[in-house]
Amino acid sequence: MRRRLLHNPLLLAGGVIVVLMVAVTLLAPFLSPFDPTEPTDAPRLEAPRPPHYMGTDQLQRDVFSRVLHGGRIPILVALTSVAVSLTTGTLLGWIAGFAGGRVDRVLSLLMDAIYSFPALILAIAIVAVLGPGLVNMTAAIAFVYIPAYFRVARAQVLVIREQEFVEAAQAIGASRTRTLLRHVAPNTLPAVMTVPSFNVADAILTEAALSFLGFGLPPPTPDWGFDIQNGQKFLQSGFWWLITFPGFMIILLAVGFGMIGEGINDLLNPRRRGVG
Amino acid sequence: MLRYILTRLALTIPMLLILLTVVFVILHVLPGDPCLAMLGGRNVGPEDITRCREQLGLNRPLIVQYLAYVGDIARLNFGTSIRTGLPIREELLLRFPATIELALSGMLLATLVGMLTGIYASVHHDQRVDHAIRVLNIVSFSMPVFWIGLMFLIIFAVQLRLLPVGGRLDPLAAVFFTPITNFYTIDSLLRGDVALFLNVLKHLILPAATLALVIGGFIGRMTRSSMLEVLDREYVRTARAKGLWERTVIKRHALTNALIPIVTVIGLQFALLMGGAILTETVYSWPGIARYLLESIDARDFTAIQGTVVFIALFISLVNLLVDILYARIDPRVRF
Repeated sequence: MRRRLLHNPLLLAGGVIVVLMVAVTLLAPFLSPFDPTEPTDAPRLEAPRPPHYMGTDQLQRDVFSRVLHGGRIPILVALTSVAVSLTTGTLLGWIAGFAGGRVDRVLSLLMDAIYSFPALILAIAIVAVLGPGLVNMTAAIAFVYIPAYFRVARAQVLVIREQEFVEAAQAIGASRTRTLLRHVAPNTLPAVMTVPSFNVADAILTEAALSFLGFGLPPPTPDWGFDIQNGQKFLQSGFWWLITFPGFMIILLAVGFGMIGEGINDLLNPRRRGVG
Repeated sequence: MLRYILTRLALTIPMLLILLTVVFVILHVLPGDPCLAMLGGRNVGPEDITRCREQLGLNRPLIVQYLAYVGDIARLNFGTSIRTGLPIREELLLRFPATIELALSGMLLATLVGMLTGIYASVHHDQRVDHAIRVLNIVSFSMPVFWIGLMFLIIFAVQLRLLPVGGRLDPLAAVFFTPITNFYTIDSLLRGDVALFLNVLKHLILPAATLALVIGGFIGRMTRSSMLEVLDREYVRTARAKGLWERTVIKRHALTNALIPIVTVIGLQFALLMGGAILTETVYSWPGIARYLLESIDARDFTAIQGTVVFIALFISLVNLLVDILYARIDPRVRF
């Protein structure tokens, strides 16, 4: 196992990136040279130079400190929403796959409908009704990604429940619930678990988009997406540092999770390595 | 073929109904009162809220609201905008060509770049180029759309001053321009005005490139894996054994067969493309329906929000239907 891990550069590199990014975000209060929400002594909109390695914004705040702190909301929202869609989607998938019949048809149609709709627009509609904020944003993101888990979980149940060991369990008198929970459900998990790391990357981008559009937390909370929106106002005057650095952070984090996803895929499907 | 189309059409209706129901539940059943949201913060009493609820029909029982909602959509009636007093259908049809023009240009660009890199990577399977393209693909769909758009603007519009910052036309040209179809590329050609056409293209290039990056990675990835699968097949080996040029083998024998899944993926990316369009339109002040949706949310124009979301739902369902029919046409194995 360890050798396979070491021979999986994508998983390794992705893991390192994610761990580093999470560590930086958690340690932001200790690493930041300035308070991210308070003005410094530097002039407004100063170009990057020490001690302001990424310049300052229009309120004289240190962009570097804001960038370090700006990952807390995206990471929190992305991980929470993925946890919610993972549990909800998988449970619904098990139910649909195992119950079959009308329950399955209705649930599948519902999930297909949600899946076919642009995730970002659906999330925007939800937040538009619920109002901006952390919890509502998380709920919206969680909702739009439920079908991703539902589909995998349901498809797996359909395959696994036809296998001999399930038949054997039923033959020795295991109840339906017991068969589902003890024999079928656990075996669907390896396939289900290929979804989350890609999904976290997606959720990070959706969170960034929502907060860029102004559906996140109100200022002055540092948040990459929102800080980019703020920088957009000064774009035509050439203040590139307000936009560039928060964007790099979003990309790094999303790439990290994306690489982990690819790596897990290679690991679980060694035959299709590099094909998928 | 006709039977297939009819069956597929019949399947679209329940799907669409469910999608519309999801939209209804989100907009009407979720906690949050559109009237309170629209009027909240202003100096209004409870009687104003009640009047607003009556105007929007929100005081009726949910089931009545739902039936009215479905009935209106069936007649393609999206209601009247609270903000402008105009029918939302007109507002949307006015802006829709802008969105389609942008989406199709982005799609075209993404298909071109995605397929070329995908084919190239598959032919050089497991070589350094292949790995580099794979990593580039991961990076390409890890980039926030709005950020790419802003970076393009910083580089090409602000620093190099090569391309405009936004809009569909130079302000001066826009004054003398009366749209015919609202597809500006087509309109300028219809008028035979080359300068105008170039002006339109100049405005289109950055938004289209931004949108292309969103889905180019997916298309490249799909092309690569689809090609790899096909390149392993016996008929490709036979073609090579016959002594055909590698070029011919790739083009005639591999690509034509690899194309089937690629077409589906391109079609299915339309939903992603619409999500990307909302951000691209915001960044480039592109007057399409996605920007209209955001403006409506800002103005708290509840009927316009609902109308736009429903319109997008109808459009996506139509695209999916067309993709399936196209799929059945190019792959005769697909039939019910």
